[in-house]
Amino acid sequence: MGRVVVDVMPKPEILDPQGKAVAGALPRLGFGQFTSVRQGKRFELEVDGPVTPEVLEAAAAAAEQVLSNPVIEDVVRVADIEADAAATVASQGLA
Amino acid sequence: MTRIGVVTFPGTLDDRDAARAVRLAGGEPVALWHADADLKDVDAVVLPGGFSYGDYLRAGAISRFAPVMGEVVEAAGKGLPVLGICNGFQVLTEAHLLPGSMIKNESLHFLCREQVLTVENSDTAWTREFERGEDITIPLKNQDGQYVADERTLDELEGEGRVVFRYQGGNPNGSRRDIAGITNAAGNVVGLMPHPEHAVEPGFGPDGAQGPRSGTDGLRFFTSVLRALVG
Repeated sequence: MGRVVVDVMPKPEILDPQGKAVAGALPRLGFGQFTSVRQGKRFELEVDGPVTPEVLEAAAAAAEQVLSNPVIEDVVRVADIEADAAATVASQGLA
Repeated sequence: MTRIGVVTFPGTLDDRDAARAVRLAGGEPVALWHADADLKDVDAVVLPGGFSYGDYLRAGAISRFAPVMGEVVEAAGKGLPVLGICNGFQVLTEAHLLPGSMIKNESLHFLCREQVLTVENSDTAWTREFERGEDITIPLKNQDGQYVADERTLDELEGEGRVVFRYQGGNPNGSRRDIAGITNAAGNVVGLMPHPEHAVEPGFGPDGAQGPRSGTDGLRFFTSVLRALVG
């Protein structure tokens, strides 16, 4: 079983009221160093079998057509979750 | 009698009020079901307000893929009058029948109030019983009501006279250029965030010139389309 992760963020030029509310709450809890917050969405799409290039292509199409609205959002990542984790571990020299 | 379809999606709230508004205006309301790709030969369609599919993903996003919407999109392209109210407006933008989109109100609060609107286009199928420049009062109640679109789209809407309603007396939700409702190029598809179907009968509407709850400005949306259809 493979899993594709899709990240969707509000477009930079669109005001993100939720992120703004979170940014307002952080200093009250002692996290004063964060000057801005933007809140997006993460989708995890499961498939039977491995994540092939075809699967990634289909996930990218679904991300553009359904998971995001191009008027207000950008798809910022479509990736194989396992390969992504392996790459992160490798880059930290832990693999 | 002129037949006006009212679509019910899972989570629609205002379908009964919309059907009642159609009846009070002199039309025959016809219930349409989201899962049936069948418009039952209606002469116009209303997409009412509510929280279809719980507003999951984005408001109106999942409804757009309902079987009935394929029929609505096709018929709208051929000139069928379509009115999207609140969540119905969100469905129309997700279905690309109208440009732009709605995001959360600037205040992040759910708003429920009587809202004054200025009618800017009285040539659409749903507004011909209004005067251009007239102020009307109907309820506004939503969480995701902030209309957004890029500057080019907004300029286009303004240039082509497709802004149908603008908020009057202060912008309640941060909508670009105070836009409360818009139409397509042909003028048969109209979407707005406030609710005309809640201001159709004396005693149950917003406060009006005749006293408390006497406002019936919403009724003219429905009499407009009946007149448009009769010719």
